[in-house]
Amino acid sequence: MEYEGVISKKVGKVAFGVLSPTIIKKMASAKIVTPELYDKEGYPVDGGLMDIRLGVIDPGLRCKTCGGKIKECVGHFGYIALARPVVHLKFVPTLLRVLRGTCRECSRVLLPQADIKKAQEEMEAGFLDGGVEGKRDALHTIKKRIKNSGKCPHCKAVQMKVMIEKPTSFTENEKRINPIELRARLEKIPDDDCEVLGLSAKAVRPEWLVLTVLPIPPVPMRPSITLETGERSEDDLTHKLGDIVRINQRLFENINAGAPEIIIEDLWDLLQYHVTTFFDNSVPQLPPARHRSGQPLKTLTERIKSKQGRIRHNLAGKRTNFSARTVISPDPMINLNEVGVPSIIAMKLTVPERVTPWNTEYLRAFVERGPKKYPGANYVVRPDGKKKKITDETQEQLLEELQPGYVVERHLLEGDIAIFNRQPSLHRMSMMCHRVRVLPYKTLRLNPAVCHPYNADFDGDEMNLHIPQTEEARAEAEILMEVSTQLISPRYGLNVIGCIQDAISGNYLLTRSLSYSFEDAVQLLARVGIEDFSRLPRKKEVSGKEVFSALLPPDFNFTGAARKGEAVIIRGGKLTEGVMDRQNLGEGSGLMFRNFHRRYGAQQTLELIGNIFRLGNFVLLDHGFSTAISDTDLPQEAKEQIQHILEEAHREVEELIVLFRQDKLEILPGRTRRETLELKVLETLNKARNSTGKVVSDSTHRETATHVMAISGSRGNFLNLAQMAACVGQQAMRGRRIDRGYVDRTLSAFGRDDLTPAARGFIRSGFKGGMNPSEFFFGSMTGRDSLMDTALRTPKSGYLYRRLANAMQDLRVEYDGTVRDAAGKIIQLVYGEDGIDVSKSEKGVLDVKKIIAEVIE
Amino acid sequence: MKLPSDLRKEYAQRLPESVIKSLEEELPDKIAQAKVEKILQRTVEEYERMLVEAGECVGLVAAESIGEPGTQMTLDTFHFAGVSEMNVTVGLPRIIEILDAKKNITTPMMEIYLKEPYSKGKDIRQKALAIKETRLGEIVKKFVINPMELRMDITLDTERLTELEMSPADLKKGLKQAFKQFNVEAEGDLVVIKGGRGKADLKDLYRVKEKLRQAFIKGVKGVKQVLPIKKGEEFIIVTAGTNLRTVLALDFVDMTRTISNDIHEVAEVLGIEAARQVIMNEVLKVIDTQGLNVDARHIMLVADTMCVLGAIKGITRYGVVQEKSSALARASFETPIRHLVRAAVIGEEDLLTSVVENVMLNQPVPVGTGLPKLVAK
Repeated sequence: MEYEGVISKKVGKVAFGVLSPTIIKKMASAKIVTPELYDKEGYPVDGGLMDIRLGVIDPGLRCKTCGGKIKECVGHFGYIALARPVVHLKFVPTLLRVLRGTCRECSRVLLPQADIKKAQEEMEAGFLDGGVEGKRDALHTIKKRIKNSGKCPHCKAVQMKVMIEKPTSFTENEKRINPIELRARLEKIPDDDCEVLGLSAKAVRPEWLVLTVLPIPPVPMRPSITLETGERSEDDLTHKLGDIVRINQRLFENINAGAPEIIIEDLWDLLQYHVTTFFDNSVPQLPPARHRSGQPLKTLTERIKSKQGRIRHNLAGKRTNFSARTVISPDPMINLNEVGVPSIIAMKLTVPERVTPWNTEYLRAFVERGPKKYPGANYVVRPDGKKKKITDETQEQLLEELQPGYVVERHLLEGDIAIFNRQPSLHRMSMMCHRVRVLPYKTLRLNPAVCHPYNADFDGDEMNLHIPQTEEARAEAEILMEVSTQLISPRYGLNVIGCIQDAISGNYLLTRSLSYSFEDAVQLLARVGIEDFSRLPRKKEVSGKEVFSALLPPDFNFTGAARKGEAVIIRGGKLTEGVMDRQNLGEGSGLMFRNFHRRYGAQQTLELIGNIFRLGNFVLLDHGFSTAISDTDLPQEAKEQIQHILEEAHREVEELIVLFRQDKLEILPGRTRRETLELKVLETLNKARNSTGKVVSDSTHRETATHVMAISGSRGNFLNLAQMAACVGQQAMRGRRIDRGYVDRTLSAFGRDDLTPAARGFIRSGFKGGMNPSEFFFGSMTGRDSLMDTALRTPKSGYLYRRLANAMQDLRVEYDGTVRDAAGKIIQLVYGEDGIDVSKSEKGVLDVKKIIAEVIE
Repeated sequence: MKLPSDLRKEYAQRLPESVIKSLEEELPDKIAQAKVEKILQRTVEEYERMLVEAGECVGLVAAESIGEPGTQMTLDTFHFAGVSEMNVTVGLPRIIEILDAKKNITTPMMEIYLKEPYSKGKDIRQKALAIKETRLGEIVKKFVINPMELRMDITLDTERLTELEMSPADLKKGLKQAFKQFNVEAEGDLVVIKGGRGKADLKDLYRVKEKLRQAFIKGVKGVKQVLPIKKGEEFIIVTAGTNLRTVLALDFVDMTRTISNDIHEVAEVLGIEAARQVIMNEVLKVIDTQGLNVDARHIMLVADTMCVLGAIKGITRYGVVQEKSSALARASFETPIRHLVRAAVIGEEDLLTSVVENVMLNQPVPVGTGLPKLVAK
């Protein structure tokens, strides 16, 4: 039996070379002689460009060469015999090099015999030393040695400099070398000399670079489109080939009729033009061939090149089936490694399951339910590979035949493996493997704790879901891509998945000051999903810390610090001291989760993060948590204090300006007077803003939600709070105060050379109090500036990333611990000088302190 | 505590030097031999658990680790506290510049460490000024061209001269050498330039004026600006503009630590290994100032790929990518046609050892789980 997924044959290597005229003719299944495409009935003409010997694109027709129908037959090449040879555009630089390097009389390479010998030896040595690359390097030095010294060292003929007339003609001594002469010269070059010129004798003969026959690409490669009107629209390549054939026929006729040389020359040039644009329609010196509508044709080069070209679009990147995409929304009640899939999607995406004697009944039930009832099936695949859709008509028949060897494509079930992805996929955590959880409604659901690695939020983000179809793929996804395996970032060796937002606020409040009655605590934990309450002390009143500790295993120890630096101590699975905030609960900081991971493994860490997350959410739900504008209200004295600070700062700046005007300002080394002033002013104003921040953080009410969020680090900071309550502060562009706009002033509302804070973008008001027009304008200026910055940065960093990825994608660790590239060249003897995998390390290091402490204890 | 030499020898085979060093730092002085051994064993265990697995595609992980935070970096160029000419490129542009291996970087800089008495702050200003490149224009009050006598009177700024510890006579000597076609004379704070050998006319005098302004007088060529700053406990001199070779030769410079931020210059003067270190340090510096967190190992790998060939190759189509052995891999990056045409003429063979080609052909890639091969009967 043929198993899918088994690779029985593998491509070993790809060799490059140039097709010789003989091979072109040999591999062609038809000679194209007429530019006509179809006859009156719309049937492809024999010897035309759509000849059915080149493959078929019409349903119902069969290929004359292989007998295949549409989609079965990949097509076959044809050829045109060119009436006169033409130069291949892409080999023009090579031809030029060869012409300049060989004698015009005897076609030997312009090196004395002894040097040729030496060059050959060097190439041989280079090849033995470094393979193809070694040879390439050797050639590089040899190429430089071939010089036109005016006389051929072999036949002593006088040499002339060959010039190129772009794009495709060569001249010598102001006289054009036509392709026939050119070809004649190239034919005479001996094989050995070709090697010295850098043409591999086994891959190419120089005369092949001048075309006498042109291969015609298969029809399926350039299919025509039938428009709604029934009209046929041919592919760009077909159009171009039509031109070539037409001109070629005319040239033939004219030659045969003995037309004057000038007419033949003209046609020849035209043929050269058409062949050239067939290869590349964006040659700088040539007008591009166009459609009747004036739009340039897309010919071979354009098909291959650039992001939308064959290589990057179809070869390096592929399309997939069995995938889904919709809007995402959060659901903290599902696990971190789960993904909520709407039932509508679960009924479209399928998993193939092979029928065996042991699961026939199980799978039969799916087929019975069919495609319309939820855990059903959409297709049945017979052992011969025929895929049958399950419909009301086919259902009975299929149920009857169903037997071991068949494959049933059943609906997604809970627990199936899926790969979840959000673009831009910047790191490997952008594609992780989740378990399917079929849920109602129409969005994909994910636990908000995994937002960070995906960089997802819920303001309309969409994400993709892929269902692996083979056992191997599922196994790899499960073992290598599962969320639990991606907990620790390979970038910095700390957890990338952690609590965010409400979860942090909730846990902060809980561990700081809340307490519950025993019953309420049990309720809380039960909602989180805890079933074992034995970790909760049997007391009437349970503190928040004790509730939190109930989530930890009884033998977990941890000593760390909270955001403000106060100690956090967990001893014997009990949080005895400190509060939980972003430092320990969030991603990319703090070692609590990292240590837990080391001790208890990925699965338990994942569960712990999920539990802590839910706990935080439910605490907030009970406690109530809401921000209001009144959060930024300040007591009268604080307001006065802020006014005072700002006035003081303004006065200081005023003094500085006076000093500056009187030329008494002490100049900082290496700065101009003006720069010194700017620096000092900036410093003064920033200091003032910071001290207002201090006042605000001291005087706003400690229990307000805004304050709690800023302290716990779940969202916002005191600077934001101060900006709302008191003073937005200096608007800076490029690290300077705003100094552009009108002549010597920023806005026409100010006088010339006004250096006061207000005239240079200092926003004295807070967001709540409201800004005056000039302040608002300055705010918009910096806002626009930062938008521009982002817009410019994204493509730049994207390109850098692409280059890095492309340059380094082949580097891997070998079994001997070295890092090598694709060719086996050693890049590092030991990865990272110590062989430590960052994603297995703790913040990039092996923590010996902990080991010592553990052993000594 | 220093490890006993026998233990050290034994474990040097099993642990990297860096781990042993940190162990020695952290081990308390009084500790039983048995415990030390136990600690060492545990460390080895832990270390072996942290080792990279064979097949891990470390290159891509490194690229991801630098590429992903790239989106979060700023484009701004910052000022360096102190000197106006000392704008330091930071952020994304600097990273791009380093990884491209640009020949002319926007802000070349040197950090010059000094030998003993000077590093404590002695004569730091003079030493800094001695390094700074001075051109004639900077020490001249005015140029006066006298068309009647065909001569140019240059009034010198004596204050600046004394600051530079130079006399007009020194200046005369230097100028004479640089402008041989003229007669140079010095009287007090006046330097007079006359057309020598009767050839110079007024035009020449005007023409030479600009040249004179740019005439190199003193210091180290290329050092545009100097700034002595205190770094930790000692004084160092930070410069805008570099000339590492000359600076290292100065007698008061600590040549073991003085460094430039121009990777090509460092490669030329100190060798490729030093350049590799500079690439690492510079990239890390940018990443740190941006407040991002990237492990040094990733940057190390990038620096190593740029330097393995013994010359610095940028991560561009002309650098590292050009050196790839596979034509298809090169073609998949940029300018595909050119690479394919060249491969055809040379008759290259692609052995499908790298990732993209196998992706193109729908085959398992030779990294990670695609690396091991099984032979079945």
